[in-house]
Amino acid sequence: MVPSDSKIQFDHQGRLRHFLTINGLPKETLVQILDTAESFISFGQREIRKVPLLRGKTVVNLFFEPSTRTRTTFEIAAKRLSADVINLSAARMSTSKGESILDTARTLEAMHTDLFVVRDSASGASHLIASHLPEHVRVINAGDGRHAHPTQAMLDMFTIRREKGGFEGLKVAIIGDVLHSRVARSQIHALSTLGVDEIRLIGPRTLIPTEVEAMGVNVTSNMAEGLSGIDVVMMLRLQRERMDGQLVPSEQEYFNRYGLTDDKLSYANPDAIVMHPGPINRGLEIASSVADGDRSVILSQVTNGIAVRMSIMAKLMGGQEDP
Amino acid sequence: MTKILIRGARVVDPANSFDSVADVAIDDSMIVEVGETPQGFKADLTIDADKLLLLPGIIDLCARLREPGEEQKATIASETTAAATAGITGLVCPPDTWPVVDTPAMANMIRDRADASGQSHVYPLGALTVGLKGEKLTDMAMLSDAGCVGVSNGLKAVSNTLVMRRAMQYASTYEIPVFLTPQDPWLLGNGVVHEGKVSTRLGLPAIPEAAETVGVARDLALIETSGARAHVNLISCGRSVTMLGEAQSHNLPVSASVAIHQLLLCEDDIGAFDTRYKVFPPLRTAIDREALIEGVRTGTVSVICSDHQPHGADAKLAPFSEAAAGIAGVDTLLALTLSLTTNKQLPLSTAVAALTCNPARIIGVDRGHLSIGAIADLCLVDPTEEWTLSEKSMQSRGQNSPFMGKQLFGKTKMTMIEGKVIYQDAARFPA
Repeated sequence: MVPSDSKIQFDHQGRLRHFLTINGLPKETLVQILDTAESFISFGQREIRKVPLLRGKTVVNLFFEPSTRTRTTFEIAAKRLSADVINLSAARMSTSKGESILDTARTLEAMHTDLFVVRDSASGASHLIASHLPEHVRVINAGDGRHAHPTQAMLDMFTIRREKGGFEGLKVAIIGDVLHSRVARSQIHALSTLGVDEIRLIGPRTLIPTEVEAMGVNVTSNMAEGLSGIDVVMMLRLQRERMDGQLVPSEQEYFNRYGLTDDKLSYANPDAIVMHPGPINRGLEIASSVADGDRSVILSQVTNGIAVRMSIMAKLMGGQEDP
Repeated sequence: MTKILIRGARVVDPANSFDSVADVAIDDSMIVEVGETPQGFKADLTIDADKLLLLPGIIDLCARLREPGEEQKATIASETTAAATAGITGLVCPPDTWPVVDTPAMANMIRDRADASGQSHVYPLGALTVGLKGEKLTDMAMLSDAGCVGVSNGLKAVSNTLVMRRAMQYASTYEIPVFLTPQDPWLLGNGVVHEGKVSTRLGLPAIPEAAETVGVARDLALIETSGARAHVNLISCGRSVTMLGEAQSHNLPVSASVAIHQLLLCEDDIGAFDTRYKVFPPLRTAIDREALIEGVRTGTVSVICSDHQPHGADAKLAPFSEAAAGIAGVDTLLALTLSLTTNKQLPLSTAVAALTCNPARIIGVDRGHLSIGAIADLCLVDPTEEWTLSEKSMQSRGQNSPFMGKQLFGKTKMTMIEGKVIYQDAARFPA
């Protein structure tokens, strides 16, 4: 059964028209996105880096929450597909103050835009926009509250597949603030759809959401136990505000228990890779020696982000053939 | 002086343990006979109520009418008219209007406007603390004199335990019922859905069960030591039913109510951020829902209310955490409650009592029953008529209901207040 939060992503013929959450997307769709991204990856090195798949189309990056890398990689991805790109970074006043998020989107749609890339601090914001705009408009979720960040998860999957050759038999650990993480939620859906062997969440109980086991993961608070036999280590960013909310006593204690150091990494398999969605808090969730070490693929993630976002945009806009 | 005879209805009057086909004779505003028509009774109006249920008028223990302060959403006139159409003859309104009902003048104004509209009765609740700020007690005795049937802090927590204790003690001096919606404000935080698998899946800020149970536990301890007569409004957790049942078994003077949607929906219905299902307290688990129904069945939760909250169309068109909470519920209260009897989850007499005599008793009004000599507030209902809730059929100014488009059974055919017909279905009773 297609989960209810996924239904809206498909048109009447069952084709993907929005990319809002990975929950409910079939494995073939994910693999297809990864395969197409693979064909785009060499583009970065070519002299002419553009394909005309989105020529004449208008893409709006509608960012109600600050972002550098996600917005930039979306912009580059859209431009390499020959789309016209408009960046709109607006601070949004919540509730009744100011223009509603829907009015902003409708106003931009009236200017004949084709694709919205939406980031907002409220979970469900891109669902809201997708369900109230005309049929022909496409929406990509570039992060909504704590709910989903599906393009980040896809670029993570792309990076894993490149590094590990596939997903079968892999054991993956996701470490840190799962509670507030849209990245973690999307990663979990992607990893389980692509068929990894095991997903483990590691963190203190204050940062692990209730009943998360229902998403098909195992939970532990012990790094030695959690990292044992792990092939892929996915770190999450810990926002410094969490200290104020009494979710973590102090940066020192967090780093002591969950900060990824070379010592702790030694519990994982010798060829385990280390990932982080960025931006990194060095010395809080990860030691510089690990972030910059030879097992880190953090910068590849950023590079891969462009090809994966090109692939997703091309898929939604109908250009599903290889370039 | 009008004499009315209602013939052939199945009369369900739980206060008198009466459930039988009978004739009901009304003289002016009073019921003068239930059973055989009294000898020499010459009816000015005879109503053929064959195959209909005759119930005491429904008293909805929690309904927001939006006036004063939010007349763009609804008014006393619009919502009392909608209520009358749905068999509701009395509406109890929380004090969280703007301005807050914390002075006798405000209470008088609301009652005057309700009287002027001439539809369902309105029973205001007065504020427990000035401005609902949880700091200073209101003039409760004078609010009571002005017609407030109880005092309440609405959905705002009184976080200062001493203020709450004093408020309960003071209210008990004048035997004013205290309406509570216990929630621990710290655990509530900025939560919008039940803490569980749905909050985890959707990444929405969550309200743990403990937000309610900590509040209930605290307030029960204060009720015990203050002697206040308390009513816990709008419970959402099965655990709260257990705690309240335990308190009642020790003869604590505490009653409880639940919103009808809590008996029919649960967290799973939220689906993909469907803001129509955003309510406060939040929809909890299917297990909680079963426990709440069981609480109604056993009598621990003696009242089912609509928790009516009409909104304008835009209020729900926002990301889930920013959308307004609440359902416009007066139109559907009766039909949805009857649905629990047709599927045998509740006996009819229990369901009717939860809508009529039980809420009447809590607010201390001598209504909600069909005794001889009682005020003739009643409704006639066709329990089998099928209808669909639609924007057209919905009488409330608010159109915010997750039951929109759903098939419902049970339609009010006539509503009478003090012996006066204030609503009748023209199809069943042509003029």
